[in-house]
Amino acid sequence: MQEFEPKIVAFVCNWCTYAGADLTGTSRIKYSSDVKIIRFPCTGRIDFMLLMKAFANGADGIIVSGCHPNDCHYTSGNFHARRRWIVFEKLIDFMGIDKRRICFSWVSAAEGAKWADIVNNTVAKIKEIGPYEDYKKLASSFSEISQESHE
Amino acid sequence: MEIERKLYKNSSPDAIAERLLSAGKKVTAPVRSGKIVDLKEISKPSEIEYNALTSVQSAKKVAFPKVDKVVEYEVLKDTVNTLEVDFEAFPEQVLFGVKPCDAAGFIPLKAVFNWDYADQFFLKRYEKTTIISFACPKADEYCFCTSVGGNPGSTAGSDIQFTRTGDDEFLVEIITPKGKTVSALFEDILVPDSSNIDKEKFLASVPKAFSFEEVSAKLSSLFESPVWEEQAIRCLGCGACAFVCPTCACFDLQDEKNSGKGTRLKLWDSCGYSAFTVHTSGHNPRESQGERWRQRVMHKFSYMPHRLDVRGCTGCGRCSRSCPVDMNIKEHITQIDSL
Amino acid sequence: MSNLIETAEELLQKNKVNLIIGYEKGTGSKTRPVFIRKAEDAKKLVFDNNQKQNLVVYLLRSEVKKAGKTAFVATVPALRSMLQLASECQIKDKELIAIHARDNQDVIVFEDFKSIEEFLTTADTGFTAVESELLAKLMAMTVSERFDFWTSEFEKCIKCYACRAACPMCYCGRCTTECNQPQWVAPASHPLGVFEWHLMRAMHLTGRCVNCSECATACPVDIPLNLLTYSLMETLETGFGAKAGMKADAKYALSVYKPDDKESFIQ
Repeated sequence: MQEFEPKIVAFVCNWCTYAGADLTGTSRIKYSSDVKIIRFPCTGRIDFMLLMKAFANGADGIIVSGCHPNDCHYTSGNFHARRRWIVFEKLIDFMGIDKRRICFSWVSAAEGAKWADIVNNTVAKIKEIGPYEDYKKLASSFSEISQESHE
Repeated sequence: MEIERKLYKNSSPDAIAERLLSAGKKVTAPVRSGKIVDLKEISKPSEIEYNALTSVQSAKKVAFPKVDKVVEYEVLKDTVNTLEVDFEAFPEQVLFGVKPCDAAGFIPLKAVFNWDYADQFFLKRYEKTTIISFACPKADEYCFCTSVGGNPGSTAGSDIQFTRTGDDEFLVEIITPKGKTVSALFEDILVPDSSNIDKEKFLASVPKAFSFEEVSAKLSSLFESPVWEEQAIRCLGCGACAFVCPTCACFDLQDEKNSGKGTRLKLWDSCGYSAFTVHTSGHNPRESQGERWRQRVMHKFSYMPHRLDVRGCTGCGRCSRSCPVDMNIKEHITQIDSL
Repeated sequence: MSNLIETAEELLQKNKVNLIIGYEKGTGSKTRPVFIRKAEDAKKLVFDNNQKQNLVVYLLRSEVKKAGKTAFVATVPALRSMLQLASECQIKDKELIAIHARDNQDVIVFEDFKSIEEFLTTADTGFTAVESELLAKLMAMTVSERFDFWTSEFEKCIKCYACRAACPMCYCGRCTTECNQPQWVAPASHPLGVFEWHLMRAMHLTGRCVNCSECATACPVDIPLNLLTYSLMETLETGFGAKAGMKADAKYALSVYKPDDKESFIQ
């Protein structure tokens, strides 16, 4: 039986986490290739609906990562993002979305090792929890051909 | 076909529903969920709520669903794959326990969906639908079927109608050939109506509030009247009235696409929305809620009778019951009638 | 209620206002909004124990703005809605008169924001007992049970947008669902379209909702939509010190921040 290969989408900021992920690579630190990274200028730009869209399109897990507070390239983007996530995390939990499937983190450009850990831990966790069938079912209940993973 | 009259001597119509289900029909009936009663597909007769005045939503959803697939497509290298709707594959279904005003709603719906274009999505589903209505023993202040050419025991639009005539007895009228076909499923538990019961005795009393024909005639001179703005000032412009209405048929087409694959959907729409008539240029011919309210009334009481020879309202009162700000159509039309 | 009627008559007779938005008796036992422009119509006004709509929903309409100086009969949530609109720069101070009527007691006429702010410090702005009970019941469920609860409630949703239409905070000229380049949230009432709509609406109302419960009351299929924003209010208050509609110059909770905002889940 094929092992479950989770689909993880990572929403990261350009200046810290994306650079950090780059460092992970150049440092030759091995980490799971199950993650698709999407680069944003700043975590402040990450719309909560994007996360829901990722789940609707087949993601089993999500990583959201950016600069540490006080280190935002745009000064306060991550502060706004933090407030948004505090509220969003509560709301989705209330609505029955599995918040264990979303990993929020601060990863700086120098934290190549941390990025590898974040990814590997998230992949391991999602492998343990399993695919996000409930939400996939919700998202695809209205079509036969259009909701298969579109990678 | 002449209406056949039979009697069903039982306190509960459950046995009838059981026969329909056993025959593999998809049965939609009133079901209680919390504070509301709505029409839902049932899997066993015990789910049916027979004693509610009416359901929140109308019966139109079995032939005109709130969201309906038109076509699915997939763009491939040299071609486009489409998954069309198989119009012959709609299931045989029965509406069981709906009201006469629900059944009557299918008459204008049929006219609208078969006027300049034969809408197979509706027509083919309707073809497979048998409507078993239950005449109304009670009515409330929102009901006005008698003002729009209906009544609590009207068989218009129904294939079979049950009227409770006693604790353990129902009059069963088999009205159409479709009704006759379905009645074969429970014919053996019916007996002939030898006493020739007068069903009027068992129907609710719904005093006439106005005359549809009179209002319809008046409306053509009321286009510029200030009554529309006055009546609609409290209207919020939501879609509740249009969506619960048994005769409203407006729909929106939406394409939901996802890199090369997509679905075109047909969704309920409401002329009460401010964006309903917005043009691409930005111009909106119905800028104010009063203009949109006027359109709603005109459409049902004037345009549909004149263009399609049908009444656009069945007097069910659902719009008024569901309206968050009590836009009571019976009250409004009565006021218009007095102008 | 003669005091309410007298107050209204006087405001109109003295031309202090051109329009009073209040409540009148509706069908059966319902109460509904009424728009009064002539003093002799003021006797239609009632203020009973019935569920009453949040009349602030009308204040930004062109018909009302065209009427000039307007007064409206305000429940406590409506007073908060008014201040919330003020904090969002939608209404100016002293532009409107709010008449708060308490059953069998005097009316209070508010002509500026400050007096409303003071009044609200001692008013009951909490949830009703029924709301608190259902909220607690949901909080006690597992995540999976809550998912089942909401998906089953949302099955009823017909996307009529009565919740949006009845909410005084949903005044966007063009709602997100009405934009289709791209179609961000599907207007369709299939399970995904419904789930995304209610989630998005709750997020757009975070920090702005004054728990008037109009959304839930307006819903024709009886979905307890108000609970979605209610679930966030404790976090907003204890975490950000934010409570909607208490001050006319408050800042929107999600457009400000504290460098040391606390959370426990960011790694």
